[in-house]
Amino acid sequence: MPKGVTHMATPKTIIDKIWEQHVVHQEENKPDLLYIDLQLVHEVTSPQAFEGLRMKGRSVRRPDRTFATMDHNVPTVARHIINDPVSKKQMETLQKNCEEFNVPLADIDHPDQGIVHVIGPELGLTQPGKTIVCGDSHTSTHGAFGALAFGIGTSEVEHVLATQTLWQARPKSMNVKVNGQLNPAVTAKDLILAIIAKFGVKFGTGYVVEYTGEAIRNLTMEERMTVCNMSIEAGARAGLISPDATTFDYLKGRRHVPEGEAFEKAVDYWSSLASDEGAAYDATVEIAADEVEPQVTWGTNPSMCIPVSGHVPAPEDGHSAADKEEIERALEYMGLEANQPISSVTVDHVFIGSCTNSRLSDLRRAAKVVEGKKVHPSVKAMVVPGSQTVKKAAEAEGLDKTFTDAGFEWREAGCSMCLAMNDDIVPPGERCASTSNRNFEGRQGNEARTHLVAPEMAAAAAVEGRFVDVRSYLTAPV
Amino acid sequence: MEPVKHHTGLVYPLNRSNIDTDQIIPKQFLKRIERQGFGQFLFYNWRYDNEGNPKQNFSLNDPAYEGASILVAGENFGCGSSREHAPWALQDFGFKVIIAPSFADIFYNNCVKNGILPVQLPEEQTSELVKKAESGNYNLSADLKNQVVYDDTGFEASFEIVNYLKEMLLNGWDEIAVTLTHQDKIDAFEQAQEKTTSI
Repeated sequence: MPKGVTHMATPKTIIDKIWEQHVVHQEENKPDLLYIDLQLVHEVTSPQAFEGLRMKGRSVRRPDRTFATMDHNVPTVARHIINDPVSKKQMETLQKNCEEFNVPLADIDHPDQGIVHVIGPELGLTQPGKTIVCGDSHTSTHGAFGALAFGIGTSEVEHVLATQTLWQARPKSMNVKVNGQLNPAVTAKDLILAIIAKFGVKFGTGYVVEYTGEAIRNLTMEERMTVCNMSIEAGARAGLISPDATTFDYLKGRRHVPEGEAFEKAVDYWSSLASDEGAAYDATVEIAADEVEPQVTWGTNPSMCIPVSGHVPAPEDGHSAADKEEIERALEYMGLEANQPISSVTVDHVFIGSCTNSRLSDLRRAAKVVEGKKVHPSVKAMVVPGSQTVKKAAEAEGLDKTFTDAGFEWREAGCSMCLAMNDDIVPPGERCASTSNRNFEGRQGNEARTHLVAPEMAAAAAVEGRFVDVRSYLTAPV
Repeated sequence: MEPVKHHTGLVYPLNRSNIDTDQIIPKQFLKRIERQGFGQFLFYNWRYDNEGNPKQNFSLNDPAYEGASILVAGENFGCGSSREHAPWALQDFGFKVIIAPSFADIFYNNCVKNGILPVQLPEEQTSELVKKAESGNYNLSADLKNQVVYDDTGFEASFEIVNYLKEMLLNGWDEIAVTLTHQDKIDAFEQAQEKTTSI
């Protein structure tokens, strides 16, 4: 460069910046060897990985950058009565593996125990600029902090345990720009469901998504986690949001976050990660926030979703033969009629919980809806806080009492009915309004019918016994 | 991992889009701590009724497809949960090659790590294969080295696969052993990282 000419750096996305800071090794015709700053571990996808290490006489390279908990299998009542011996063995195996390989573990009795994607941020393990993996597809949640976080399979879990790295092809980047502001009582959950409904379940495949725009900036950290959590439901392994003051305020004072001067230095570094003005993305999609209404899924994947004021589609609405067939199959599975208003659908179960919507603010908003009311006599409703910490904080505010007075069950922390690996199962043919992330066939129980909604929509469905627009409900209760 | 080079086998068509890993292996079977023995649970809720009896209307229960080792499915195959139990179940059941118009990212990777060959072909070609396979007596060959699938009646289609993954399948690499040859670089990366405030 000639003397006196200032070099204008090419604007970069946060994805580029984090990636470039983590490349350990590059060679032609190979993916990059990427350093992983943090691996989160749970009982379901790790036993075969630890066994693999044992078989080859390998160790965990950085137990200090590994953190384990038990969430998928754990009972949410009668904590120590695990009826299924296979579940019990899986949990004991995690305990044993963590002892053998010196991995810190928040086990079932630990005050930090909870859903892995709730406790990572809570403890301040999740930080901007980190590469974070976990044998769980909802690892995208941690992207809310401006981390590059993605789900991996068990072979990759083993690879990270042994080497603290992964071979990764550089992903394409996509800007999901949310213009304008969300209307009152329209939530982050409604927004992400509307995005998936608009662009489909695979628009993010092969991409890391960055959520940008005014509506995203206005979200709290817990709302951002809800949005990033469901990136995988659009096919994107990772979804993230550039860090800002909201991020730093959330992190300040958390256990694993630097303090004092070190925190200030960290904030400087974190601030530098935000995508530069004018950075180029491989693709961009846009959505107007004020178009989004409270959403309810009607079908068997998260894109099969309509506003609460809407009608269930008919097979004729499909664009192709395959589409029509898919709608027909979904209607049959869900026990719904074509063109039926979604507000006419009654529910048997309400589940408030999961890594999507089980944080304190989710519970507060749901509690506000049920306060002083009763769960409909035909509905069985439960709240499963995302972590022991959330549970304690909610109890300190009396939220547990609000829920139990209304007729909800108040449970211990875990994944619970989101995937029904423990005893929290929706029986065949029954219908559940759920704040979780997947309405796949059989997800909440064989032949169970799942409708994904926001916590306040789930709370209103619990009281009414059917889907109602929580907005009119909040202003003029029936 | 066993190397994967060339495979010929009976084709089973499952012409649905967005088959998620919850369908491939339902969660009640994820509690085991082994890698083996998941084949019996493959597509369990589609194959069996609530009493555990085989459902007659699900084609994988049709004796015509017994011994099938190539699966042809609709787009976005393997979406949803990252559970590696899905490829373990497919492999244990006997599937060695999976053909679809598109795959979910995590599932695709998980296949390769287990020696299952995922073949991405345009929808017109997968539809043609589905039609041929619906007869119940259709064999196909997959040649990874030349990146081509073909039958003995003139069907031939080439497919793309990232070179690194191709080499891994052809050689049956232990990826961790490969990575550990770069241990000095990982050490150096960590030392450099500790000097900055990035963590």
